[in-house]
Amino acid sequence: MTIRFKKIPLYVLAVLLLIFTGFPFLYMISTALKSRSEFFEKPFAMFSSFNLENFQSVFEMGLTRYFLNSALVSIVAVFAVMIIASLASYPLSRMKFKMNKVLFLLFISGMMLPIHATLIPIFKLSQSMGIFDTLWALLGPYIAFSLPISIFILTQFMQEIPKSLEEAAKIDGCNHFGIFWRVILPMLTPALMTVLIYNFIHLWNEFIFALVLISSPESMTLPLGLQDFKGEFSVNIPGLMAALTVASLPILVVYLFSQEKVVKGLAGGAVKE
Amino acid sequence: METHVEVTDTRTIVKSTTKTKSKKLKSAITIGLFVAPALIVYTLYVLYPIFTTFIYSFYDWDGMGVGTYVGLQNYLDLLKDAIFWKSLTNNTWVVFTSVFAQIPLGLIMALMLFAPIKGIKFFSSIYFFPFLMSTVAVGLLWVLMFDPINGMINQLVNVFGFENIAWLSEPNTALFAVLLVIVWQFAPFYMILFKAAIVGIPEELYEAAEIDGASSITKFFHITFPLLMPTIVSSSILAIVGSLKAFDIFYIMTGGGPNHGTELLGTYMFKQAFINFNMGYASAIAFVMFFLALLVTILIQTMDYYRKKRGAYV
Repeated sequence: MTIRFKKIPLYVLAVLLLIFTGFPFLYMISTALKSRSEFFEKPFAMFSSFNLENFQSVFEMGLTRYFLNSALVSIVAVFAVMIIASLASYPLSRMKFKMNKVLFLLFISGMMLPIHATLIPIFKLSQSMGIFDTLWALLGPYIAFSLPISIFILTQFMQEIPKSLEEAAKIDGCNHFGIFWRVILPMLTPALMTVLIYNFIHLWNEFIFALVLISSPESMTLPLGLQDFKGEFSVNIPGLMAALTVASLPILVVYLFSQEKVVKGLAGGAVKE
Repeated sequence: METHVEVTDTRTIVKSTTKTKSKKLKSAITIGLFVAPALIVYTLYVLYPIFTTFIYSFYDWDGMGVGTYVGLQNYLDLLKDAIFWKSLTNNTWVVFTSVFAQIPLGLIMALMLFAPIKGIKFFSSIYFFPFLMSTVAVGLLWVLMFDPINGMINQLVNVFGFENIAWLSEPNTALFAVLLVIVWQFAPFYMILFKAAIVGIPEELYEAAEIDGASSITKFFHITFPLLMPTIVSSSILAIVGSLKAFDIFYIMTGGGPNHGTELLGTYMFKQAFINFNMGYASAIAFVMFFLALLVTILIQTMDYYRKKRGAYV
């Protein structure tokens, strides 16, 4: 009995934290399921109704377009980053050359960089390249700003791969590309998963480049589109909440199916082993 | 005969030196091919823009055509700009909140994950939710929660017998409200960092302490806390650097208002650049942000270097 009694404060704290972290979600979903009139009658009633109309109207308002744009640009950028970063990480972690350390520091110092320091030149650049206000404009900055963390994760991982494997391949007549392709890359899967999850979540939610480089609704990504919804929905809060729910759903689904991987992926960049 | 031998000798020597040279060249080309794609993208979208921002900051320029060179005028104006100082102060508030609220809360949440209570797996899944949500969605959701009439927060305030508060329309309450949201969103991130660190603490230490009759509080302050110090330090670095970059949530929730009450370097730079089209002045603000981030990084690296040199690195 005494042990159980001792645990009560722990349960109280756990539940308080649960309310603090989880309640806004419940509020968002339960509001999304209300009709507009219901919301004005009883805005605080939880799950008083189950009304999917809002979701339907949100998709009719163009959310599908934003959703597809976000999916397209983040998937393409993430795969490009996975290829480019693992290529660069190979000599940085496994070959000795003069500029090695300098190059490595140059890449990973990007993690500390405020994006604002690059905004105006990238804005001008995308205008002069004629890709301003298209998804192409986002691709370059998305890849470039994902490189530092990705190279950091991949080089850390590659250093752990035993040198003997590489030497065996060398004896068999493999050149560096062969070693990279046949020996290193197949062993890289866990690190690449981390890179994939980390970058996908960040790019799916990316806001500031989209805000600066995109202006027309056809090219808007989800975060930018949502921010645009704000005005249209000033009278339709349940509709706005439905849009927010839809926008948060993909990441939450991925998380619920592979929690361990997502948590590891998100910590991957920050936790030094 | 003799000359012939000599010739072949020099030939082999020449051959072997060209061989090492060509081998070197070959490996340089190999390295180049591996690094080139990353380096090109990185140079085009990161290195070159920073350099260009620095150049722009010496110009009076509206973003069209060529600007007028004004030397250090933008920086001098910045020193006299009250909004710039207000923004810097607010950025400092974000730093303090991150270090003294987010990190401790993250630590408490991480410790809870190891508490001997039922359903902790469920708890931990939910605790992580806020960090997964897009910042834009977080911002819009909390704007509604802080709504003076339809908002959940005022409902709670009423329960405690207070009047409705127009949270986001008063400079002071607005700053408090946004900082609260930042804590809500990012505490889970520090939770997972601490969780990883706590898992790494050897169980034997606790067992030994238990044999010595240590209470859970003693165990926390004598084992857990000291061994988490490196994580606390690296979390603080992330928090400080992250705070300098803060933008999204402020832009969504308040846009830097009311009356610059929640203005940050990031939001001020954005407004000057893309609303007022003072691109030169905005570049100066952006370069100050870059410089501060660089300064913090160098400072921390130097401290880390001496810490390691002293051998105090855990």
